[in-house]
Amino acid sequence: MRFVINDTDIETDIDPRTSLLDLLREQIGLTGTKKGCNQGACGACTVLVDGERILSCLALAVQYEGRQVTTVEGLADQAGLHPLQKAFIEHDGFQCGYCTPGQLCSAIGMAAELQRGLPSHVTGDLSAMAIRATREELAERMSGNLCRCGAHNGIIDAIDEVFGERRGQQGYDAEMPEKVA
Amino acid sequence: MSIVKDAAEAAKGLAQAVTKKAIEVAPDGWVPGGTPDPLIRNQHGHVGKPVSRIDGPLKVQGAARFAAEFTLYGMTYASVLFSTITKGRIATLDTADAEAAPGVVLVMTYRNAPRMRPMPAFGSNRMAAGGDDLPVMQDDRVHWNGQPVALVLADTQEQADHAKSLIRIGYEAEAATTSFEAAKADGTEPGQFQGDPLQVTIGDAETVLASAAFKVDETYRTPRHSHAAIEPHAATVMWDGDMLVVHDATQAVTHTAWSLAHMFGIEQDKVRVTSPYVGGGFGSKTLWQHQVLGAAAAKLADRPVRIVLSREGVFRIVGGRSLTEQRFAIGAEKDGCFTAMIHTGTTIMTPHSAMPEPFIVATRSGYAADSFKMEVRVARIDMVANTFMRAPGEAVGTFAMECAIDELADRMGIDPIELRIKNEPEKDPTVGTPFSSRNIVEAYRAGAERFGWARRQPPGARREGEWLVGLGCATGTYPYYRMPGGVARISIGRDGHACASVAAHEMGMGTATAHTQVVAERLGLPLDQVTVEYGDSRLPGLFLAGGSQQSAAIGAAIIAAHRALVVELLKLAGNDSPLAGLKPEEVGGLDGGLAKLDEPARWESYASILARAQRAELSVEAAAPAPIENQHWSMHSYSALFCEARVNAVTGEVRIARFLGSFDCGRILNAKTAASQFRGGIIMGLGLALTEETAFDERTGRVMSASLAEYHIPAHLDVPAIDVMWTNIPDPHTPMGARGIGEIGITGTGAAVANAIYNATGRRIRDLPITLDKLLSAGIG
Repeated sequence: MRFVINDTDIETDIDPRTSLLDLLREQIGLTGTKKGCNQGACGACTVLVDGERILSCLALAVQYEGRQVTTVEGLADQAGLHPLQKAFIEHDGFQCGYCTPGQLCSAIGMAAELQRGLPSHVTGDLSAMAIRATREELAERMSGNLCRCGAHNGIIDAIDEVFGERRGQQGYDAEMPEKVA
Repeated sequence: MSIVKDAAEAAKGLAQAVTKKAIEVAPDGWVPGGTPDPLIRNQHGHVGKPVSRIDGPLKVQGAARFAAEFTLYGMTYASVLFSTITKGRIATLDTADAEAAPGVVLVMTYRNAPRMRPMPAFGSNRMAAGGDDLPVMQDDRVHWNGQPVALVLADTQEQADHAKSLIRIGYEAEAATTSFEAAKADGTEPGQFQGDPLQVTIGDAETVLASAAFKVDETYRTPRHSHAAIEPHAATVMWDGDMLVVHDATQAVTHTAWSLAHMFGIEQDKVRVTSPYVGGGFGSKTLWQHQVLGAAAAKLADRPVRIVLSREGVFRIVGGRSLTEQRFAIGAEKDGCFTAMIHTGTTIMTPHSAMPEPFIVATRSGYAADSFKMEVRVARIDMVANTFMRAPGEAVGTFAMECAIDELADRMGIDPIELRIKNEPEKDPTVGTPFSSRNIVEAYRAGAERFGWARRQPPGARREGEWLVGLGCATGTYPYYRMPGGVARISIGRDGHACASVAAHEMGMGTATAHTQVVAERLGLPLDQVTVEYGDSRLPGLFLAGGSQQSAAIGAAIIAAHRALVVELLKLAGNDSPLAGLKPEEVGGLDGGLAKLDEPARWESYASILARAQRAELSVEAAAPAPIENQHWSMHSYSALFCEARVNAVTGEVRIARFLGSFDCGRILNAKTAASQFRGGIIMGLGLALTEETAFDERTGRVMSASLAEYHIPAHLDVPAIDVMWTNIPDPHTPMGARGIGEIGITGTGAAVANAIYNATGRRIRDLPITLDKLLSAGIG
């Protein structure tokens, strides 16, 4: 079967039981995407498919033939780290680093959802033309990505800086890379 | 016990008592830390700076390699089957279908597993790392509900998991003790922690309490907790001839190597354990059955093995914090001075674990009082072995103590901060030793000012719409430890690059970054000229990433190695150097070389010294002195914690609106990573206060919440912006002037939250976690 992962075509035979997560980690060797629970409860395995965030542990790999899969390994480009990756380092948005790839991919997918105007549980005005990217909105929308070290403040600070209401204020470019936007 | 053994035990006890007394009364200069670490004087170097994590770029790109991410040629995948009974024996076992399934390499049970010694339980040897002392798949016995009973190895994980489902197993169950009440009825025994009885008796506290002008006397309960690190326990294992290599996720590489060698009956140097990155530990990443099973299966199959526990598997075979039932009583004079403190209660252990939750530890040095009575008693339950979890003892013990103080303050009509300060001890209240450095009052004053404590209102007085709002505070405390065995190697090359090597661990605490700063400052080098090597049992020293003491242990070993390095450098420098004739204590690292401390113009670069001596590199290794400083001084980290809680008067839901931690932990080595350690502990404390409970079926002895969907850790929306600040007053008696920061954050947090909820609602919940059903039952709103 043919997969497109981080803009690279990959041909591989797979056991139909294989999850997208195990395809990435065990067959292709892209171990940046993490397995925390393998049952959709922690968010560590979050990747982007055609720009949308999904839990790769709950996805059968065969469903994703030919679709654009972006993992944490695909966030940086020749120009260097993605602005969100830089912001995570600056704001200490991780300790052990195990939930980090999922937080990063999830945040990028989440930002696109905000831009499309998808409301969340804490959105006050459902009829508003645009949703304000408040810290509460960001925190609610990131709540599917668990962190046990307790880096929550740094994670939200980093996301706020790149995608939130204050974006651009700290010298980071708020533009998202085209391939995942 | 025989008379001879009695006499021997008595003599040993006497000898220990004499040694303990001698250390207490020894002159300061004889004790490590008697002379302050010279690094404390430097105020403008690398130490303390908010340096970003040196492993940050790797971690944000998913390029840091964790235990389950090493790939070995011919590797097989393991899947573990867990028992479904609590106690008894395996009566029937049919593995034929599993063995015949596609891709299966072998099925391992007690019938064919290699012969091994039982797990060496933590504390049974200074290098033992086991959670219990049970044999691993050696016989038909079942000791807990969830014990591994079979393991399948196959070419892929899917094949192994499928084959496991084909194993047919029958049990003969035996009567087991699975409820707390039944265990207590079976009788309790006194608890022991790190060789000491968990008991303190000073005066007649019960009599004093009975006649006290004011008192509280309440029972507090805390449930089982799980570490819930996001990385599941995993190991990638291979035998290379007679050499065992384990790529592990562990907070104890050398302990694990020794323990595996012991079990397999081979020399310690025949086992190498690496652990370059650990996806969260919190006390859970020590030696459990999975590493042993992986190594045994790899031996049996003669192929490398990757064993990754499923999330359920982590809950089945890795124990957590045990439950407690604590009585806390305080008697006070009319002026608020404590006359009696009583902290007693019961926790549970398994018949095979080595860890009674030592909930009285913080009480031993918390407050001054005329009389004390403390005791931890232990009841035994057949369950997965309980173990250390972040601030074992203190996390739940301070919940009782700091709630009780809040309750007493409320009854007396005194501000709870003032009541605490009134009872601030001048020296350790139960041992009598002086404090090495204790600035809790300063931490309270600064924290109260920043938090706006003065705006606190009487209980139940502040309401905003549906929300009841309250402020609470609590003290946190965690002892300074430094475990024995610290050894470090420092190598410096002619290119001026230095490498410090320690068999230590980086689980996200910031160890590698902070110690790069420390080593660079000692040597007078820029950060990019220093590497700290860690996470491999082949490196020097015995280190445990536990007890908030790894930085002290590394620091003391580095001090010893640095001194040895300076001695050697001065020898190499010889008579032609500007340093000629100087003694080691007269020089220090400066600008890439050594300089006379009070005459920096007398300087020579490391490169120059090595070049003249025609050496490419100089490498020295040295051991830290015995860690007796905390017997000479009473040494602890402290915090003053402030919480604003909002409780919905209709639903009983609790939201934490604001939280501030004001810390007194000596000198902070890295302002950025330390802040994350403090916040991380506090956030785990918010979970302890509000959501976390490992649900345990008292009928079957089985953990019911064996997933991250059912064990509720704080998620992003549960976590407010957490403010942290610190005194930054160096402790003159510790390496770098620093004390531990890893566990202090969780201590006291449960009480700060409970006290804020009380202030919001006027209702006191003494049973964690404080869920909405308990608040509604208490009649809020």
